Amino acid sequence: MNNVHWLLPEGIDELLPPKALLLEKKRRDLLDLFNSWGYDLIQPPFIEYLESLLTGTGGDLDLRTFKITDQVTGRTLGIRADITPQAARIDAHQLRRDAPTRLCYVGTVLNTRTDGFAGSRSPVQIGAELYGHAGEESDQEILCLMLETLEKAGVENVYIDLGHVGIFRALAEESGLNKQQELELFDALQRKAVPEITVLLASYNLTPEHHLRLSSLASLSGDDALVRAQELLSGAGESVQSALKQMERLSNLLAEQRPDVPVHFDLAELRGYHYHTGVVFAAFVPELGQEIARGGRYDDIGQLFGRARPACGFSADLKMLMRLANSENLVEQVGIFAPSDDDPVLRQRIRELRAEGRRVIVALPGQKGDASSMSCGEALEKQGVEWVVKPL
Amino acid sequence: MNFETPITIALSKGRIFEQTLPLLAHAGIEPLDDPETSRKLIMDTNHPHVKLVIIRATDVPTYVQWGAADLGVAGKDVLLEHGGEGLYEPLDLQIARCRLMVAGAAGASLEGNRLRIATKYVESARRFFAARGQQVEIIKLYGSMELAPLVGLSDLIVDLVESGNTLKANGLVPLEHIADISSRMVVNKASWKMKHGTVMQLLDALQEAIGKAA
Repeated sequence: MNNVHWLLPEGIDELLPPKALLLEKKRRDLLDLFNSWGYDLIQPPFIEYLESLLTGTGGDLDLRTFKITDQVTGRTLGIRADITPQAARIDAHQLRRDAPTRLCYVGTVLNTRTDGFAGSRSPVQIGAELYGHAGEESDQEILCLMLETLEKAGVENVYIDLGHVGIFRALAEESGLNKQQELELFDALQRKAVPEITVLLASYNLTPEHHLRLSSLASLSGDDALVRAQELLSGAGESVQSALKQMERLSNLLAEQRPDVPVHFDLAELRGYHYHTGVVFAAFVPELGQEIARGGRYDDIGQLFGRARPACGFSADLKMLMRLANSENLVEQVGIFAPSDDDPVLRQRIRELRAEGRRVIVALPGQKGDASSMSCGEALEKQGVEWVVKPL
Repeated sequence: MNFETPITIALSKGRIFEQTLPLLAHAGIEPLDDPETSRKLIMDTNHPHVKLVIIRATDVPTYVQWGAADLGVAGKDVLLEHGGEGLYEPLDLQIARCRLMVAGAAGASLEGNRLRIATKYVESARRFFAARGQQVEIIKLYGSMELAPLVGLSDLIVDLVESGNTLKANGLVPLEHIADISSRMVVNKASWKMKHGTVMQLLDALQEAIGKAA
């Protein structure tokens, strides 16, 4: 037999005991948390027409989405690589509420290529979205909920990285960059490739003020970046000023509520630049070189579904959170071993114990292995006519 | 210099190591061992918080991307192949300078249908010819590219050219310039954010050292 048949595709994993149960427990805990914050659970389909999956998103999501042809309509179907656009579609088309809508979800997504999430192509995406409010208060709510989610999942020492895509977008527009130039500069900024940024800016024929503002972006990171930005970008237009004010207000709100969480500002961090419209944030932990949760504002996405609504949300990979969580969360399975016996008293006792939430494993006639190999610490023993639980 | 948080810097042996040392020395970092004689892969420095890891040049972006090292020194040639995703490359160290070029026998032409190109730099070569609107066959080699046209394995090669002496000795000439190459300081994204003070302190010191060297 060829062993290769048993290998899983690259980046596709499966969870075995006890990890599968641990993930399920975390999933329930987090959904309970979302529920206590007033977020309603949705379960969007695993597969839908490609157009609605990709509406309002950038080309990167297109590349990351598996596609197949629908044998019924001949149209192209996509297997979701991100649940956020599905939540936006549900808010815009299915619910159509005027009041703020709070939605949460958890589910497996599929990626054509491995991304930053530990090389996995099948992360379990968990997240929450808040529609219908445009202020920093809703940004703050989402950010705080993200922090609580990480905490509840058992992830410690979280850092927050805070940026705002509106600043680069407005500066690029003010400077009169064309789309091609904006993308080139965006690419270099994402890598903080200062040598390339210098060369690009020199080739753009900018006024000295615009040149200075754009070139300062790469250096505007750190906990004092907002203060420096207010000075360096003081001559920039209204949208830059209001973006800076939003960031300041949000960081103040956050500091009031979560003074324990360190915040790093980064004005050149343009995560999800193609669909985000306002603040963007991500969570980092010291043991991992990559972000573990991310979110931000994406006000315009609903418009493409026929209904513009302010929107803000975050998501994370539950498998990743589980990996990073404190291992003390690992649940030890303790069971009660019951002999193979037709005694109705025993049957009744087992039913009672199970109703109490205990784990009872009934021996099968002639089976291999004893109580301990079935991870049981206790066993049912007959005493007179009664069956009692005895430690082994 | 006073580094508050522990940091790890990834370096490759040879030219990059030799030319990075004076820059690090300017930042007050000196390794306690010589990588040419020591077999250690993790080297301590005079600074208790700073460690150097010695790895292959092409592995530097991978180590830094995944946070196995906070910073690293990688040639632009390696970064072009890696794609640079998930990394910051804020500083041109202006060391290990050379050029990425197309080379071939004297009089060889870049025109032609389905040219066979031997190279270690598959991505850069593909991108360069694609930008010219040319479909080519790339033959991935790991070294001694100059041999390929001589034995009929390829029509042209794409390789790093420093002095041009190796090409000359094999009867080849540089034909077309693709990119100027020098080494970059690359930084892990999470380290940039969580060890910002220390990273910036080091980058500033290196920047100063480069300014002095220039």
